[in-house]
Amino acid sequence: MADLSCKIAGIDSLNPFWLASAPPTDKKYNVVRAFEAGWGGVVWKTLGIDPPVVNVSSRYGAHHDQNRRLLGINNIELISDRPLATNLQEIRECRKEYPDHVIIGSMMAPIEERAWKDLAQQIAESGVHGLELNLGCPHGMCERGMGSAIGQVPEMVEQVTRWVKDAVDIPVFTKLTPNITNILWSAEAALKGGADAVSLINTVNSIVSVDIDNMIPEPVVDGKGTHGGYCGSAVKPIALNMVAEIARTPETRDLEISGIGGITTWKDAVEFMALGSNAVQVCTAAMIYGFRVVDDLIDGMSQWMDDKGYTSVEQFTRAAVPQVSDWNELNMNFDTKAVINPDNCIECGRCHIACEDTSHQAITMTDKPEGGRLFEVVDEECVGCNLCYHICPVPDCITMEPVKTDKPPMTWPEHPLNPMRVAAE
Amino acid sequence: MTTLQAKQASKSGAVHGGAGHNDADDGFSDLHPAYSTLQAMAESNRCLYCYDAPCVTACPTSIDIPSFIRKISTGNPDGAAKTILSANIMGGTCARACPTEVLCEEACVRNVAEDTAVEIGSLQRYAVDHLMARDLPHPFKRAPKTGKTIAVVGAGPAGLSCAHRAAMLGHDVVVFEAKPKPGGLNEYGLAAYKMTNDFAQREVEFLLGIGGIEIEYNKALGKDINLADLKAKYDAVFVGVGLGSTNDLGLKGEDFPGVDDAINFIEKLRQTEPKSDMPVGNNVIVIGGGNTAIDAAVQAKRLGAEEVTLVYRRGAENMSATEFEQDLAKTNGVVVRYWAKPVAIKANGKLMGMEFEKTELDANGKLVGTGETFEVRADQILKAIGQKIKTDDLAGMEITGGKIVVDKNYQTTAPGVFAGGDCIKSGEDLTVQSVEDGKQAAIAIDAFLKSA
Repeated sequence: MADLSCKIAGIDSLNPFWLASAPPTDKKYNVVRAFEAGWGGVVWKTLGIDPPVVNVSSRYGAHHDQNRRLLGINNIELISDRPLATNLQEIRECRKEYPDHVIIGSMMAPIEERAWKDLAQQIAESGVHGLELNLGCPHGMCERGMGSAIGQVPEMVEQVTRWVKDAVDIPVFTKLTPNITNILWSAEAALKGGADAVSLINTVNSIVSVDIDNMIPEPVVDGKGTHGGYCGSAVKPIALNMVAEIARTPETRDLEISGIGGITTWKDAVEFMALGSNAVQVCTAAMIYGFRVVDDLIDGMSQWMDDKGYTSVEQFTRAAVPQVSDWNELNMNFDTKAVINPDNCIECGRCHIACEDTSHQAITMTDKPEGGRLFEVVDEECVGCNLCYHICPVPDCITMEPVKTDKPPMTWPEHPLNPMRVAAE
Repeated sequence: MTTLQAKQASKSGAVHGGAGHNDADDGFSDLHPAYSTLQAMAESNRCLYCYDAPCVTACPTSIDIPSFIRKISTGNPDGAAKTILSANIMGGTCARACPTEVLCEEACVRNVAEDTAVEIGSLQRYAVDHLMARDLPHPFKRAPKTGKTIAVVGAGPAGLSCAHRAAMLGHDVVVFEAKPKPGGLNEYGLAAYKMTNDFAQREVEFLLGIGGIEIEYNKALGKDINLADLKAKYDAVFVGVGLGSTNDLGLKGEDFPGVDDAINFIEKLRQTEPKSDMPVGNNVIVIGGGNTAIDAAVQAKRLGAEEVTLVYRRGAENMSATEFEQDLAKTNGVVVRYWAKPVAIKANGKLMGMEFEKTELDANGKLVGTGETFEVRADQILKAIGQKIKTDDLAGMEITGGKIVVDKNYQTTAPGVFAGGDCIKSGEDLTVQSVEDGKQAAIAIDAFLKSA
């Protein structure tokens, strides 16, 4: 079994799998169960200044596929609704009982220096390994000037990060909201404020569904609904891009990253780390299946590392970052074609109709003399878009095969058809 | 209770929100219990939504199967039902009685992918039952009235399908039925455990909801009505009389009490309530290798016959009964004996049994007796060796090979007289084929009347 231990913001962790700040980390009972299940750390549910908030009844909405699998959840729950002292006491107990496990204290406060500093110091005194600044919550708290109301203004992100860094001497994670136009502005602000790492993404602002019998957005609270934070595997692609942008941009690449956003399987975790995350946080997968999902995260990543010959997670962390590029750096002379293996084809016809209706009319359908149907790619029409490859229900039936070419790589800025072409001479 | 029944009983007990079905443990509850919403959702999501799907080609009525299954999966079961019924107004019966394992489900691409077809029949039943359980207006509208009236002979699947489509096309229809109830073999011929809860009658009632169809019962062709009168009185005639007669064994004693046609046995059973009132022998022999033979054998066993022996003159692979049906017989404890033909009925004041001669194929592939004989004791013998057309009432129509000859438009050699269902040679004696015949004949009659 490969060594999964890792270090982020100077904090050593048994493995890169932490539970994100959310309902699963609301109290000692859950946290103990999580540590026993194998999670390397938790980010305690966000703590605020007393008196505690009051939550509404009916809190989650869901985006299902047609087979009732959850693709995503949205929630309108606020931060911890328990007294600060209760939370801090339980944090102290957990730190004592599980000294090898990481506990990060998540926090938020109104945009006042004293409020942030006092709260940060109180939480730090409980013995947490670090603090995470919740600047992302897109529902409820933002209406009180907290959460995403701060995270959406880079100057405030920098200011709050600096206040907390000045107040405590433990690592500080600034948690970023995806509900902005450019993640790099927030990331750079966090860096300037002195953040040891950024955590991203927080939930995506959303309305997940509508009760069409009663015409109310869901979740419904006594006849009304509101926008909430969307999470789960559906948000993974959004998060991966934001993580990669921070990791590959010179101005922000020095930030360490705690990757969050729909991580459900060990492969998701590897992808987040390959694109720049030093460790990852999980919430929705645990909410759907329970804390036991960490077993697959650990075992799957470890098996994969053994197969690939990796002996530490640092060896593949950020390994895909150099290959993330601007569109303008892509080779226009590269060409790939779909190849259909008739031996694996079950003759469902979906590649044909997808290409015929929506792409390039590059897959023909003909009757075979012995019965059944034959699907063939017309190379001259195939642009290598991958659509058929993705929609084919049979793995390895359609493959994409690069075309051999003698042409040297050529980017769009160099391309003869580009009216803005950079002169080669 | 048989293993199969026990399995199904536990299955039906565990489902959530399942459509009500006959739980009475009389051996005649649903062979395939209705899907629950949960089962329908899971199974509908197995469908790959193929383009130009092989299952559609395999369905004699060309139901747009991928479309109806997709509608189930999106929570639109009534839309799914309309998709089914627009191609096959008896989609409810076909969902229950079709040998799907040799039709749509055999063609399912999931067989290639993972050796298990999508259960199209069960999904179809789910959708149609869902629609029929709601008190909604009939889902199809009639075209403006044409003023033409069509006579349909026989209220079986072919006749009723023809009547419904003709009514949709704006014609008025009068159906003449020899028996006191409509439905034909749906009512009188299919095994009881395939058509529970009086489904045949409920389906006819639903079908008649289109309007413009009148049924006259106890009107038999050749007895109460005749073709010449119908031709004179109506603008067109459709004949869907099925096969009114059965084949004989050609043995002495065939009229002995206890010797009966399997279809008569099934007909009586279908009309008996409770089923336990139906008399059955202790030792029953069924002769034949088709689905009717299986239906008779399994039902005899479920009625309490101690021993049921099904004897077929060739091998299992030659049986016209599907593999599923053959397995059904075996799991119900029917003893199946292949390669033997009946040579004598044994009676001694009362029916004693039957003597058989073993058979084999000779060098030329011809079925011959080996000379070796054996006896099976029986107090009831059911013959299921095929039905044939009653030709005496069909004057003026050419009949070849025991079937009414029709052209590609289902028109017989008698002008203005069309035919469909088991009485014509359309391939297979299946409900679904009869429904298709009736539908296509109605479309052809419509064209005929418009060109007249």
